[in-house]
Amino acid sequence: MENQKPKKKRSQFLEVWRRFKRNPIALVGMGIIILQILLAVFADVIAPGDGWSPGFNMQDWGNSRQFPSAENWFGTDHLGRDVFNRIVHGSRISLQVGAVVVSISMIIGVTLGAVAGFFGGVADNIIMRIIDIILAVPNILLAIAISAALGPSLVNVMIAVGVGAIPAYARQVRAQVVSLREQEFVEAARSIGASNFRLIRRHIMPNAMSPIIIEATMGFATAIAVAAALSFIGLGLEPPTPEWGAMLSDGRRYMLAGYWHMTLFPGLAIAFVIFGINMMGDGLRDALDPKLRSGGMSKGRFEKLRRAQIALTNKGADTNVKK
Amino acid sequence: MHKYILRRLLMMIPVLIGVMFIIFVLDYIRPGCPSRVILGEAASPEAIARVREELRLDDPFLIRFGSFVGNALTLDFGRSWQTNRPVFQEIFARFPNTMQLAGMSVIFALLMGVPLGILSATKQYSIFDIIANFTGLLAAAIPNFWLGMMMVILFGVNLRIFPTSGWGTPMHWVMPVVAIGASSAAIIMRMTRSSMLECIRSDYIRTARAKGQKESVVIFKHALRNALIPVTTVAGLTFGALLGGAVLTETIFAIPGLGRFMVEAISQMDQPLVQGGVLLIAISFSLVNLLVDILYAFIDPRIRSQYR
Repeated sequence: MENQKPKKKRSQFLEVWRRFKRNPIALVGMGIIILQILLAVFADVIAPGDGWSPGFNMQDWGNSRQFPSAENWFGTDHLGRDVFNRIVHGSRISLQVGAVVVSISMIIGVTLGAVAGFFGGVADNIIMRIIDIILAVPNILLAIAISAALGPSLVNVMIAVGVGAIPAYARQVRAQVVSLREQEFVEAARSIGASNFRLIRRHIMPNAMSPIIIEATMGFATAIAVAAALSFIGLGLEPPTPEWGAMLSDGRRYMLAGYWHMTLFPGLAIAFVIFGINMMGDGLRDALDPKLRSGGMSKGRFEKLRRAQIALTNKGADTNVKK
Repeated sequence: MHKYILRRLLMMIPVLIGVMFIIFVLDYIRPGCPSRVILGEAASPEAIARVREELRLDDPFLIRFGSFVGNALTLDFGRSWQTNRPVFQEIFARFPNTMQLAGMSVIFALLMGVPLGILSATKQYSIFDIIANFTGLLAAAIPNFWLGMMMVILFGVNLRIFPTSGWGTPMHWVMPVVAIGASSAAIIMRMTRSSMLECIRSDYIRTARAKGQKESVVIFKHALRNALIPVTTVAGLTFGALLGGAVLTETIFAIPGLGRFMVEAISQMDQPLVQGGVLLIAISFSLVNLLVDILYAFIDPRIRSQYR
């Protein structure tokens, strides 16, 4: 009898971690992200300033456009600044942009999606039509249009990139909530008098978290890429901010003259981080939902979404016709 | 089917009005006065007042928006503030190049992605599968404009195989198309692979094999046709990304397309051009998505029966 201890319930987090750490690719991805965070935190130690200017803006005009050497690992740019130093400091900007964009767009998108899915009807129709409008403009173009109107600054870049990221969350969450709200445990909670807010927060959202976490991970990568693209065409941050996209923009001016290092290294930095995030995201997807295989939606899931979309389209069209 | 298409086309109208609203509001909140952009900083107050009158800048918000939508319906987006030519003409002179670029990139992505995805799925866990998957992850991580620049440096400047800029001959097309299409090819490859894997394991494939069907027929006729449906969606969705990617890539390769034109228009604050360009791209993106949805019906009879 004393051997029959109650089996300890494993927390879901530990369960996911156990599955996650079995995946070597995902671990490599996580390693890249951790390296990135360390670079950002210790940027001033790795690439210190000289007292007058910060480490990313130490100009040395006599030493400009030098190719990589033992002195300057990644060479120097047109103002004689060390490219390696700037990349190290740039990781701060990228992580900042990624984190803020994901947080903003996730909060707004999840709220919109939950409201649309839970209440249905008019709220659903209005919210999803707004989402359709945002989706009708390609992501980068929307970001370009917004940041062109708002002007270049870190906050504006975050807003510009964040707006385009909202629909993905809203749609994911809506689909989840629609399928969850009719479940028995929600019905049970409702019948003992739980409020709508409590139903969403305590009973529905915890069951809809996995796709949101995956979306957020991938969204982090997209945010970094779009922000870099904005800076590249001059709509991002003001110089001398060591933004990787802005560094590429500098590199483009000297590209035809053969100064390849000004282009190669900032781009590698972007690709490296996005690569790491994608690998980690793939691993997370497998760990959070073993039914889904990496590499996109499973066919069954796709069919379900597709049918839901057609049903929605027909419904939306009907209401339009009635008007 | 016709009813479905008509309904979808009608549904585009509110979405496009919404897009126009966003474009209009973005212009409305932008700091700075349009008449200063047109006339320059040194303009006299009288001239500025005249331009404000001409552009009806002092009308209430809703009236201005109403006339903006009304004009847009008759394809009148006003005149460029820089060149003073009609926006419609300016845009349509360049739009075909952008569509050609995006279209060729989709074809490139499909030609690369689908066969590699099939191969990777049929030889799962082989060395080819691992390499293809890894390359796919890598290609999906590379920003398209950076890939374009690196190709210019390698193949244009150093090896001198392809011209570094311009548009017109097939030699000009290679680098931009590869640059834009590479990440989409990777996404399509991964989608094809996972979708094929799912199909290959299903019962009807086992049945087809059991009745002694040739392996090539099983793969290409039974499995592929079913596996292609999600791939079609992804291909349609990436078209939007490709149009967006064209904006950046055109800048790098100096391609006279809508994207580069719009980037220039933005830096010159030439608002009518920006508005017209964004709207045109939104329309073409919506139409492509509709086209993809119609395409389903041809691939999949089950979906065809739902379109009523």
